[in-house]
Amino acid sequence: MLMNIQPSQAGTVESNDILIILNPAETGSGIKIDLTSPVLKKYGSQIKIVIQEVLNGQGIVDAHVSANDRGALDCTIRARMMTAIDRAKLGEEVQG
Amino acid sequence: MINAIGREIPENIAGIKNIKPYSGPFAYTPAGRLTGPTIILNKPRSEKVLKSIEQAIDATGLKDGMTISFHHHFRNGDYVLNMVVAAIARKGIRDLTLAPSSLNNINEEIIPYIEQGVITAIETSGARGKLGKLLTNGKMKKTTIIRSHGGRARAIECGELHIDVAFLGAPACDTYGNMNGVEGKSACGSLGYAMVDAAYADKVVAITDHLVPYPLYPVSIPQTQVDYIVPVEAIGDPKGIASGALRISKDPRELLIAQYATTAIEYSGYFNQDYSIQLGSGGASLAAAQFLKEKMKQQGITASFGLGGVTAPFIEMLDEGLIKAIYDVQDFDIPSIQSMKKNANHQEMSASFYANPHNRGPIVNQLDVVILSATEVDVDFNVNVITDSNGVIMGAVGGHQDTAAGAALSIVVAPLLRGRLPMVIDQVHTVCTPGETVDIIVTERGVAVNPRRKDLRDNLREANIPLMDIEELRDIAYEFAGKPDPILVSDEVAAAVEYRDGTLIDVIRKPL
Repeated sequence: MLMNIQPSQAGTVESNDILIILNPAETGSGIKIDLTSPVLKKYGSQIKIVIQEVLNGQGIVDAHVSANDRGALDCTIRARMMTAIDRAKLGEEVQG
Repeated sequence: MINAIGREIPENIAGIKNIKPYSGPFAYTPAGRLTGPTIILNKPRSEKVLKSIEQAIDATGLKDGMTISFHHHFRNGDYVLNMVVAAIARKGIRDLTLAPSSLNNINEEIIPYIEQGVITAIETSGARGKLGKLLTNGKMKKTTIIRSHGGRARAIECGELHIDVAFLGAPACDTYGNMNGVEGKSACGSLGYAMVDAAYADKVVAITDHLVPYPLYPVSIPQTQVDYIVPVEAIGDPKGIASGALRISKDPRELLIAQYATTAIEYSGYFNQDYSIQLGSGGASLAAAQFLKEKMKQQGITASFGLGGVTAPFIEMLDEGLIKAIYDVQDFDIPSIQSMKKNANHQEMSASFYANPHNRGPIVNQLDVVILSATEVDVDFNVNVITDSNGVIMGAVGGHQDTAAGAALSIVVAPLLRGRLPMVIDQVHTVCTPGETVDIIVTERGVAVNPRRKDLRDNLREANIPLMDIEELRDIAYEFAGKPDPILVSDEVAAAVEYRDGTLIDVIRKPL
């Protein structure tokens, strides 16, 4: 089942963390990821895959993710994504 | 062609004559004679003091296409290089080769003069910030040449790097050109790198903000080598030249690395009465000094000499009698500068004495133990200290190659991960120091001994440190961070990295 989400964010711009800003997107527009990272050349594609995986795992197929990475490991990226998604869903319930 | 460590070196590199591939740390045998400055007559009571840098530029006969040099002892407080290049630009002189002993962030000021064609080639130990980016992005007309401190001394002495005019910042200088680095408001301590320039450049200009009556002593660079003297308001910013005494790190990871490194030294077989040591200026190295001091006291061991790159922890060891003498090519903090001024056991040395592989013997050849830092190391123990994770120049070779080759035991310390970046990887982007001169890699997760040093591995079995193969260290790093994608580069060679003997160990290609 597809999920309606509210704008949300999680994480920080401290070293080894990542700031995720999650925004809803129109149905059918897919996942768009804007990534800035000091390790873009070496890990950019890997970071995007992780973000994509977490979104798909949570049934989100349309979203705009703005990710400001500061050298986070994959486990951190997953955790921040999960929190952002939880907050995005929470927003829906509160307003619901 | 492929050199001895498997790096592809182009047959032709613009601006580099006689390309020789690296073939081993002591494989290349030099031939020929040393070079030297032109002979001149200097009559009694001649006047060397000039009114301005412009006047000195005229007096030296500096012309388009020549090579100028500087020393980097003023570090990020240096005014001399920027000031002189600006004056040269005003004179309309162009197409110069800039050959400083190194470049710091403060030298970014010269970028407009590079863009205008005043400077079209650079030969240096390294560069940082915007200058590093500019050199990497192939913005120079000619290929940049990167040399170690010993390699630079060698290149100057054999004539590969011919300096037409050396502009040397002098913290104290008398009216006939005797200078030292320990007096005056811009004191920097040792003038070690500048000594080679002074001895071999065709013309030498001393630029000073502390002109004193004749004679000045002690003398670091003598009147016999100095053509002209220019007094100026300030040659540097004391705050940028030297820091206060650096505090010992509280970072638990650095402390653990330092602890493993000192334990490795203790059990290596080299920790004996009258051993000798060089420490870097990084956090883990400074912490290692502290731990080493304790071990030396506990076991009643003293060192015959210390070498560097000198910092306050080293001075404490000298003052406490744990090190008999210090040989000093550069100072990083105020206690070190003061020590060189007052302590006769703290000796100044030239870059050639320090590290030139082709003189009658640099002091690195006598060195037992060195602790070095790294940007990344690979499973062949090759070390990169010059390019960052984007393949951009952001550091300097310094004495890394020289001490690794000279020391009986070379230890490289690095965290296993910096942010997400693994520091032990399959292949470093740029090889500065070849793995066959690196004995031990110390990280907070484990310690790897070069398989070439079975003797060391046996000695370290008794030590309480986590020994592992270098591949295991890489695997741990990859497990956390993932395997990094390679940095894609073009065919364009932006910089050539010389080994200390003048052969090419690697090239830095412009990233895509």
